[in-house]
Amino acid sequence: MSRQGLGQHDSAADAVRLEAVAIAFALKGGRRYVAVEGIDLAVEPGEFVAVVGPTGSGKSTLLNAAAGLLRPADGRVTVFGTPLQGLNGRAGYLFQADALMPWKTALDNIAVALEPQGVRRAEALSRARDWLARVGLANFSDRYPHMLSGGQRKRVALAQMLIRDPEILLMDEPFGPLDAQTRQIMGNLLLDLWAADRKAVIFVTHDLEEAIALSDRVIVLSAGPAARIVGCYPVPLARPRDTSEIRLDPQFHALYQQIWTCLRVEVSRAYADGPA
Amino acid sequence: MNRLGLLALQILVGLAGFAIWHVLTVYPILGAPKQIQFFFSTPVDVLARTWAEITGPEIWGHLWITLQETVLAFVFGAAGGIAFGFLFARNRLLAAVFDPYIKAANALPRVVLAPIFALWFGLGIWSKVALGFTLVFFIVFFNIFQGVREVSPVVLDNARMLGMNERGLLRHVYWPSALTWMFSSLHTAVGFALVGAVVGEYLGSSAGLGYKIHEAESVFDVTGVFSGMLILTVFVLVIDTLVTLIENRLLVWRPQAGSART
Repeated sequence: MSRQGLGQHDSAADAVRLEAVAIAFALKGGRRYVAVEGIDLAVEPGEFVAVVGPTGSGKSTLLNAAAGLLRPADGRVTVFGTPLQGLNGRAGYLFQADALMPWKTALDNIAVALEPQGVRRAEALSRARDWLARVGLANFSDRYPHMLSGGQRKRVALAQMLIRDPEILLMDEPFGPLDAQTRQIMGNLLLDLWAADRKAVIFVTHDLEEAIALSDRVIVLSAGPAARIVGCYPVPLARPRDTSEIRLDPQFHALYQQIWTCLRVEVSRAYADGPA
Repeated sequence: MNRLGLLALQILVGLAGFAIWHVLTVYPILGAPKQIQFFFSTPVDVLARTWAEITGPEIWGHLWITLQETVLAFVFGAAGGIAFGFLFARNRLLAAVFDPYIKAANALPRVVLAPIFALWFGLGIWSKVALGFTLVFFIVFFNIFQGVREVSPVVLDNARMLGMNERGLLRHVYWPSALTWMFSSLHTAVGFALVGAVVGEYLGSSAGLGYKIHEAESVFDVTGVFSGMLILTVFVLVIDTLVTLIENRLLVWRPQAGSART
């Protein structure tokens, strides 16, 4: 079971590869809390991997390790074959919480993402305008984040991440705070944008339906502490998909049953050990 | 309550205050009017004096001096507060080492410094600017410090993931965040700059609104004191309104209380 997450091929070809990764946090009184342990996970270029698990299973921790925001206590993270040092510059990150700069308009929030690459301001603005249109907010360029709805803010954040053209997309329950309909609309938008030039994706979610509807492969994490990968399920559903219609597919149902059987054990364990 | 009704009530309260003042000082209710007026003057006298002052040339010179002192104290105090606020917030060791001294300096009632500043900088405007500076500096300093320290970690992580270096973070994240905090204390800071100016003038000077009030007081000219206070109040209100206008312009991105989300 231990190496399920790793592909059977040359490691240099993987967009992101986590090998035997463990992540621990220092607690008060010198104790250590091990969030995840023995994680082996490889994501190929163009592959959409969803990570599900009960609350407190270290899903976000794993993502932060791939982003370079957290340094693993043990193990190795490689990005396109190169060991990761510092932040992962080839990755874009979509946060669960609002991460837009509240003092910048929607347009400026997107345009500023190009500044570190040295793009001239005028060009950055025109490209940001294109992206705003692609996420369906062409008429909202002058709005500040507080004037946008939760779904609209996510669209801006999505454009902000994608305008830099990162090779890897890391998403931490990005649609978690949104209502059910908006989540499905955002899921479809994400799939449309992703289909244009398939990047490697790690998509963390607690919603199994969302995980199956979006991904090529669903990884199941065990309950924490010291969470491990306990399941890896390829999703052979045809693309392009519509995230709301695909839920009616019998194949989707069978897959859901299969993964849920694995996940429910962990969910009940997580609650038995003290609900989050 | 609609706006006109509210305004009417507000004016009514003001008029009632003046009426009570007038009745008590003009009619022999509390004692001989001459005696009462020595201590409390009368509203008509105060208004007449104020009118005479603002139509005369002298008061504008005093106002100009006080305005200069206020603006200089604010500009220097804010600049110093911003510089040191950033420096200390980004350098934990420096902040830890200087922490007790900053607390001690801030705990000192600044008024006691006025005579020393008068000694050091003379009776001109600079001793008042110095006093205002010590007041403004700490307000801005603590707010910038807090603003830089309390940047949302998610916004910061996001900016870093977008590839921003320290300079980019400073410009797009720390600076705007710190400014929010500074502007939230802008009214207080400008108010204190004015307090520094007027208190400084009051304690030793040859010009300014504080001097004008002090001068009237030293010859028991109560009408002059009240008239000076009235002019000072209007002056403060005008400055405060200007600050509000600047604030609204610069913090346009901030959600207004009660504004509906779309």
